[in-house]
Amino acid sequence: MSRNIALGGLLTALFTALALVSFLYTPHDIQTLDIPNKLQTPSGTNWLGTDHFGRDILSMIMMGARTSIAVAVLAVGIGICVGVPLGLLAAARRGSLLDEIIMRGNDLVFAFPSLVIAILITAIFGPSAINAIIAIGIFNIPVFARLSRGAALPIWERDFILAARVSGKSSFRISYEHILPNITNLMIVQGTIQFSLGILAEAALSYIGLGAQPPTASWGRMLADAQTLTSIAPHVALIPGLAIVLMVLGLNLLGDGLRDLLDPRIRRARA
Amino acid sequence: MTHFTKLLSASVLALTAGMASAQTDITVAIQLEPPNLDPTGGAAQAIDSVLYSNVFEGLTRFMADGSVVPGLAASWDISEDGLTYTFTLQSGVMFHDGTTMDAEDVKFSLDRARAEDSTNAQKGLFADIADVTVIDPATIAVTLAQPNGSFLFNMAWGDAVIVAPESIETIASNPIGTGAFTFTDWVQGDRLELTRNDAYWGDAPALESATFRFISDPTAAFAAVMAEDVDAFVGFPAPENLPQFEADPRFQVLVGNTEGETILSMNNQMPPFDNVLVRQAVSLAIDRQAIIDGAMFGYGTPIGTHFAPHNPDYVDLIENSSHNPDRARELLAEAGFADGFTTTLKLPPPSYARRGGEIIAAQLREVGITAEISNLEWAQWLEDVFKAKDFGMSIVSHTEPMDIGIYANPDYYFQYDNIVFQAVMEKLNTTTDPDMRSELMAAAQTLISEDYVNGYLFQLAVPTVAKAGLNGLWLDQPTAAVDLTGVSWSE
Repeated sequence: MSRNIALGGLLTALFTALALVSFLYTPHDIQTLDIPNKLQTPSGTNWLGTDHFGRDILSMIMMGARTSIAVAVLAVGIGICVGVPLGLLAAARRGSLLDEIIMRGNDLVFAFPSLVIAILITAIFGPSAINAIIAIGIFNIPVFARLSRGAALPIWERDFILAARVSGKSSFRISYEHILPNITNLMIVQGTIQFSLGILAEAALSYIGLGAQPPTASWGRMLADAQTLTSIAPHVALIPGLAIVLMVLGLNLLGDGLRDLLDPRIRRARA
Repeated sequence: MTHFTKLLSASVLALTAGMASAQTDITVAIQLEPPNLDPTGGAAQAIDSVLYSNVFEGLTRFMADGSVVPGLAASWDISEDGLTYTFTLQSGVMFHDGTTMDAEDVKFSLDRARAEDSTNAQKGLFADIADVTVIDPATIAVTLAQPNGSFLFNMAWGDAVIVAPESIETIASNPIGTGAFTFTDWVQGDRLELTRNDAYWGDAPALESATFRFISDPTAAFAAVMAEDVDAFVGFPAPENLPQFEADPRFQVLVGNTEGETILSMNNQMPPFDNVLVRQAVSLAIDRQAIIDGAMFGYGTPIGTHFAPHNPDYVDLIENSSHNPDRARELLAEAGFADGFTTTLKLPPPSYARRGGEIIAAQLREVGITAEISNLEWAQWLEDVFKAKDFGMSIVSHTEPMDIGIYANPDYYFQYDNIVFQAVMEKLNTTTDPDMRSELMAAAQTLISEDYVNGYLFQLAVPTVAKAGLNGLWLDQPTAAVDLTGVSWSE
């Protein structure tokens, strides 16, 4: 359990650190191309080699980490900020028509494959990082709405909620003051998992050209650019591929570890 | 044991028999699948790639070196005033459905192409034709409204091939021509098959059958050639993989020229590109060689104007826009954009555009111009850029032969409107004297180069990867064509 958290946390911290450092420093400038110096293998000056435009791959990975994390954080943020209130509202009005409308609406969004929604949105509004965030954010909404409603329902049956109702608190206040704190752990765990899915979705969208547009660096587009170069310069494709794998692995391990630690259902089962 | 020896010797015999006679079929891959099979009705290059010379022939035709030679017209006489062309047709030419090809078919084809309601993609080729008269089944006279020095050249285009009224209804799905190969089958999304036409009027081709396959994904293209699934790939999409094929004795790599002038087109009617100083600044900010090296892995010839460098009338004007970022910054300041400006750079799918776009955006950033890249699919590009003219800059290769005339059309997507240039082109169209034509073409090239209408980048190269032992494929692409009539396998 703790090993999961340690390894996952380490990988996540590593990429987060790379992304943060890129605001202050990258080994090379990725905005200027150095074409005579293209497709170099890793060396002292370019630790991870250079790509087909002679850009430093390490610097690209750092800038790409920034894009990936920013897109995923904002997308999960949209999911939480819209999905959790919807779920709490549905739970507070459980059994009502409003509950039905909210949850069936969520089912509708959930029924679409997430990548199809993303392609649809970027096809209508044009490819950009912002549209990728919105697209990934939208398919995060039902995840959080369902989870928070499901987690809130049993809490509504507990005695302390009854006490709060007797004392005259409105259902909105109860949701905010008593239900929300009790489901926060669950949201953190789910957030971590959704975060890793967000990273994957961003990479996938960029890979098919619908994510962040050049010159913004993106791991998915690095992979797409390197696709035809795999036989002459495999490191150009391997490195962004590994970055995606390690980042997603790290977040999944972290999510698993956190769930073991925080999820009340599992904690109770163990006790 | 005896049984085994017999079997062994039989298989050895079979093997040697197979080796003795050369292969007579071929599988050729090209990138794009034709949307239909009517070269006289569709604009797509892929139609000509598959059918030109193989299935359809015109009065004249292009040879591999770009020269124009007699096709279905065996010979012709041009009247003194340059207005009447009297063609004598080849005798004994049959369409694939068994009907004969005669002067009536030629008249039908030309009249159909130049008709009001014609859907021909290159109607301009026929614009000067005033009248087509059948003299006898083997002779036809074409009268022009004004002398046209490139009339025989125009008749060699894939859009000017001769079709028959008997088979015109179904031409889009079942093309019936006079060529050395007959169309057999088209499995959409997969392959198109041709078979040798045994009743062909000219020299019989060495190949008995041919299959075209359509592979646009660069990775799949690489795999298909490496696995020897295809015998030749004309227009191989990933130049970065060519050195590998060159090093492999199983393959030969031919890198030829196309008629594709690859340009950074600028919207001449949209500020700030309506200012020649800005256009000049953009042209000087670009480093062509870096684009050729970075986007095409070194394949491509730099150009300084909208003209093919292998054309004898080409004028080298690269000096007009050689890379000079300092001068570009000065020009921008002079034009009132000392702090640069922001514009759009809309890119179609080919890698020369996508990769070239990133390089150009980086080079423009050096002089203060921010080019926001958006990557478009072809349909979107045609809609936004080509039709709606909603763009600042774009990158595209203009692959039609001798297409400098597009600069005389102020409605063409980059919207260059210059009366002097239009007058030069008008004069060129009515001039038949070769020396005078050369002079006018030089003047036209110089005008657009000095007006910095577009950023002139490079002549698109066409790489062909073929199995060793395959002979006769075209090296250059004077027109979009995969002419299989002269292709053979060496034994």
